[in-house]
Amino acid sequence: MSTHLSALYTELVIEHDKRPLHAGLREPFGAEVHHVNPTCGDEITLRLQLSADGAERIEDVSYDAVGCAMSRAAASIMADLLIGRTVTEVEPVRAHFEEAMGSRGRVEGDEDLIGDGIALLGAAKFPARVKCVLMPWKAYQAALVETRALGA
Amino acid sequence: MSAPSREFDVEAIRADFPILSRMLDPDTPMIYLDGGATSQRPRQVLDAEVAYLTHDHAAVKRGAHRMAGAATDAYEDARERVADFLGAPSPDEVVFTKSATEALNLIAHSLGIGDGSTPERLRVREGDEILVTEMEHHANLVPWQELARRTGATVRWIPMAEDFTLDDSELGSLVTERTKVIAFTHQSNVLGTVNPVERLVEAARSVGALTVLDAAQSAPHMPVDVSTLGVDLVALSGHKMLGPTGIGVLWGRYELLEQMPPFLTGGSMIEIVHMDHSTYAEPPARFEAGTPPISQAVGLAAACDYLDALGMEAVAAHEQALTQQALTGLAGIDGVRIIGPAASPQRTGAVSFDVAGRHPHDVGQVLDSLGLQVRVGHHCAWPLHRRFGLHGTTRASFSVHTTAAEVDALVAGVAHTVDFFGSFS
Repeated sequence: MSTHLSALYTELVIEHDKRPLHAGLREPFGAEVHHVNPTCGDEITLRLQLSADGAERIEDVSYDAVGCAMSRAAASIMADLLIGRTVTEVEPVRAHFEEAMGSRGRVEGDEDLIGDGIALLGAAKFPARVKCVLMPWKAYQAALVETRALGA
Repeated sequence: MSAPSREFDVEAIRADFPILSRMLDPDTPMIYLDGGATSQRPRQVLDAEVAYLTHDHAAVKRGAHRMAGAATDAYEDARERVADFLGAPSPDEVVFTKSATEALNLIAHSLGIGDGSTPERLRVREGDEILVTEMEHHANLVPWQELARRTGATVRWIPMAEDFTLDDSELGSLVTERTKVIAFTHQSNVLGTVNPVERLVEAARSVGALTVLDAAQSAPHMPVDVSTLGVDLVALSGHKMLGPTGIGVLWGRYELLEQMPPFLTGGSMIEIVHMDHSTYAEPPARFEAGTPPISQAVGLAAACDYLDALGMEAVAAHEQALTQQALTGLAGIDGVRIIGPAASPQRTGAVSFDVAGRHPHDVGQVLDSLGLQVRVGHHCAWPLHRRFGLHGTTRASFSVHTTAAEVDALVAGVAHTVDFFGSFS
């Protein structure tokens, strides 16, 4: 097996794929979005619930993800990174993760910031897979915009 | 002008494809099993394009200089060559487009814009029906949806049977006096299913409907002779039949083409232009607005030469044997399910499969690590996958240069993939 492959399918990625955290769609939610990757047909439905106190604490991220191991693991890891923190706290995490994923492997990734997300960075060297990993994050961003719009 | 025949010797054929010697890693040869997406090109095709571009290139059908004449000759010779390859009675029935997709859009658009001077047969209007199949590539589905949306017509479809062939049991009620068009693929790009052309043509003729055949996945793999198929219009793709990208073909019966309104308009397709109106050239020029893909046409003609020298019967036999070998090998792996009619001896070209519990992207990634270049996803046939409860499949497709050893490598690679994912607890 090539070293690239073992960098991609780590035990951690497979674990998140097999037993995803926070999976399933739950109530209550402020907004729900549905994102599709038209090249491969992967889909994610994601719900976001923010606290009502104005602090924008992420009370829940629930989702239904259909896709490859990388995209499902990405959704699981993301939900775990988001839940319980405020949108402001999470923003540097999101930004760093997106930068590292888009760097073709040049940005190593700060584990203190992105946690298990470090296990997904193997995909950064495979341009076709970067989209898979970022799709849940794009869905989160869209859900955030929508939640804010609906709450305004 | 048909090409001199040659023996079907796969090793000799492989020597014609420079790209096949490429290594992906120092110890991983590239095994190209994605001709269904785009084929590789033999040096004869590459050489023909270079020869044209280095000797004869100019704009076609304009200018009085000798180079314009040389370029026009090359382009029109290519048209004759393609007509001959398809068994068309006249090169005037061959329209060069930029792709099979454009050819299908051309037809769908033209059928929606006729006026009082257009025969009813070539006008799709409100209340009319367009019949497709549930296995169509998006290129032979979406243009018809758009035609229906613009005109108020309705798209209906022949459903799939469980055995991955068309369920034509309701054909009698699907084909009615309202049916204006029956558009279907010759061979499914996913399933490898070869459709019953004769039966569908007969059904169309019984109500005076036009037949449109998507031959993008058959012309590279089996004889396609428009003089015997009985269909009215055919679309095919250059780059799936060893030719260049950027060129497709629309073949149509001349008596239809000559009454069809143009799709794209502009230079080269006119007869007389005034400030307030214009008249249009006869086919095929009417459908070739703008400067066409000239070197691509020359390359496609060389691809026709190449395939004809091998003989399409021999190409089909070669690929049928590889297909059966792959079907047998893959079916023997636990957890692998063939998505297509396993028992069909006539299928060529492609084998799609599902590896239980694994997303096709993950399967494709492991196969790629072994050098196996396969397609993953829905292969532009999303409704077909949805019909069978699949989000995607993995597809290996075969070409003239594919060897039995490569098919063995595919089967071993899929077995390895099952083991690889099984190794995680």
